[in-house]
Amino acid sequence: MTTNPGTRSTRAAGRALRLGGSLASVALTIAITLLGLVALTFFIGRIVPIDPVLTIVGEKAPPEVYDRVYRELGLDQPLITQFLYYLRDIARGDLGQSYTTDRAVLSDILRFFPATFELAVLGIIIGVALGVPAGVIAAVKRDTWVDHIVRIVALIGYSVPIFWLALMGLLVFYAKLQWVGGPGQLDIGYAYSYTRVTGFILVDTALSGDWAVFANAVSHIALPALLIGYYSMAYISRMTRSVMLEQLSSEYVLAARIKGASEYTVVVRHALRNAAIPLVTIVALSFGGLLEGSVLIETVFSWPGLGNYIAQSLLGGDMNAVLGGTLVVGTIFVLLNVGSDLLYRLLDPRTKAAAQ
Amino acid sequence: MSETAAPRASALQARLAELSRFARAFRRNPLGMVGLFIGLLLILAAIFAPWLATHDPYAPDFGGRLTPPGAEYWLGSDELGRDIYTRILYGSRITLFIVALVIFTSAPIGLFMGVISGYFGGWIDAVLMRITDVFLAVPKLLLALAFVAVLGPGIVNAALAITLTAWPPYARLARAETLAVRNADYINAIRLAGASPIRIIARHVVPMCTSSMLVRVTFDMAGIILIAAGLGFIGLGAQPPLPEWGAMIASGRRFIFDQWWVAAMPGAAIFLVSLGFNLLGDALRDLLDPHAVRRT
Repeated sequence: MTTNPGTRSTRAAGRALRLGGSLASVALTIAITLLGLVALTFFIGRIVPIDPVLTIVGEKAPPEVYDRVYRELGLDQPLITQFLYYLRDIARGDLGQSYTTDRAVLSDILRFFPATFELAVLGIIIGVALGVPAGVIAAVKRDTWVDHIVRIVALIGYSVPIFWLALMGLLVFYAKLQWVGGPGQLDIGYAYSYTRVTGFILVDTALSGDWAVFANAVSHIALPALLIGYYSMAYISRMTRSVMLEQLSSEYVLAARIKGASEYTVVVRHALRNAAIPLVTIVALSFGGLLEGSVLIETVFSWPGLGNYIAQSLLGGDMNAVLGGTLVVGTIFVLLNVGSDLLYRLLDPRTKAAAQ
Repeated sequence: MSETAAPRASALQARLAELSRFARAFRRNPLGMVGLFIGLLLILAAIFAPWLATHDPYAPDFGGRLTPPGAEYWLGSDELGRDIYTRILYGSRITLFIVALVIFTSAPIGLFMGVISGYFGGWIDAVLMRITDVFLAVPKLLLALAFVAVLGPGIVNAALAITLTAWPPYARLARAETLAVRNADYINAIRLAGASPIRIIARHVVPMCTSSMLVRVTFDMAGIILIAAGLGFIGLGAQPPLPEWGAMIASGRRFIFDQWWVAAMPGAAIFLVSLGFNLLGDALRDLLDPHAVRRT
């Protein structure tokens, strides 16, 4: 079929317009969802039974001081005005003061985030490296013993309470077998033999040039990283398997087979390539899950990350820190969620067609 | 026999036949049977805890502190000399209570939101689904933690917090099912016959949602148990001396290297129960949900 250049360029323009439109709608979705998230944390913050004025002025403050602070905090304003103040503060990066650390919540979060991020990145690398091949093989060898093993390993992964598995891991691999380091990022003896540069313990200890410190950091991060790696592998392998099964049973795979393509070509070049798009979403969601799960896993490993910070603040009744942490993790979560959705739309021509 | 009784009896017969067909199909799935068995075990343990127990779940016995598993304490004893087996038995009541409370609140809320949204469409749909999306997009565990932190720790508050994060998937599901039947011929026929929207929704739309809701509920039970245990572990769920499994792990954490059973045993109970519900959910989905890709 021949198309003249004119229609081709209008078509391209139309496509660009549609893309622009879908980008705008995605931006709107992100904005509304984030606004909803902020509204949720605002609402939670408002129903706290603690009087915010009293925590500032103390029990014995005279009434006029109390009234002044009450007005300064904007508590005499209508709720909607208070919400707008809250939005303005957040836009300025002001998440309030942490009651327990006595620092700005945002600076606390920035300080603790790298440790969580490092662990989650290692976890997701392990999860993808093991989960995707396992899911593909399970789908190809469907209903054989390989498939059953992959499914059972995955089933155990998302049935087990992760904090309990972490404790058992410490018991077996640290206390009994002594293969790995214990809780924390380093042995106490090494704690002062490196300088904090990036906040990523592996990078910082490597930069210090002392390989004994680096090796110690590796031995400490190995167990939590492997555990959350297993946890995300359980989810990724299960989803990969079901996505691949769907692809392998579609007609284009049959066509490729009839054409005489080798099994490798059919599975890797055709089916896996088409499965890649939903897989991006799955990996993004699973990464968000790891950030959230850090609250439990970091508590067990005394890992100085955001999860541990949130857990400690929860127990200390430090709501500014809790809500700030929830807001930050929630924002990353939403961006991953909607971002992967956007990627899906950009990469998959069928969803574009369906959206019209 | 009156004239109306006959069709009713045959309808009952048809239901029973369907049920027995279902039971036969279910029996062919061994993993599903294992899941069902674990679920029944949990219910039986909760009902008969006082008769199955070997000790008092609360009374401390300082002579028998931190005893390893053996003839006296089947699964060992904790730091106050309480029998862990007995406490796990009683803990099954708390687990069941939380799961039931969450399911019986979040599923109806989700069903209501989803059916209303799907049936009426338009701006109602847009608003309700935006709200649902916000709740779906924020991290569940963190949201539950923040809610419990302000509501105060405790079993009921923990369950309420989990409910607040658990209803959105049901709303999505119910909306999808409603959209699928909204313009079906039989619904139009009932509408033409003059049925009110409430009647149509209650009698003809909601029943269409039940099988997929049931599958989803079974799957969610495992997740609810894990989140509830997580709240208990952090210290925001059930409070001591209640024998909640997550809280038991938290108190056993101090002795993990020397008296491993204190934390290990309740964790094994959580694992077993959540595994059971996942197996059951898998089996039910294969049988009930015609939309899902067959994964067995």
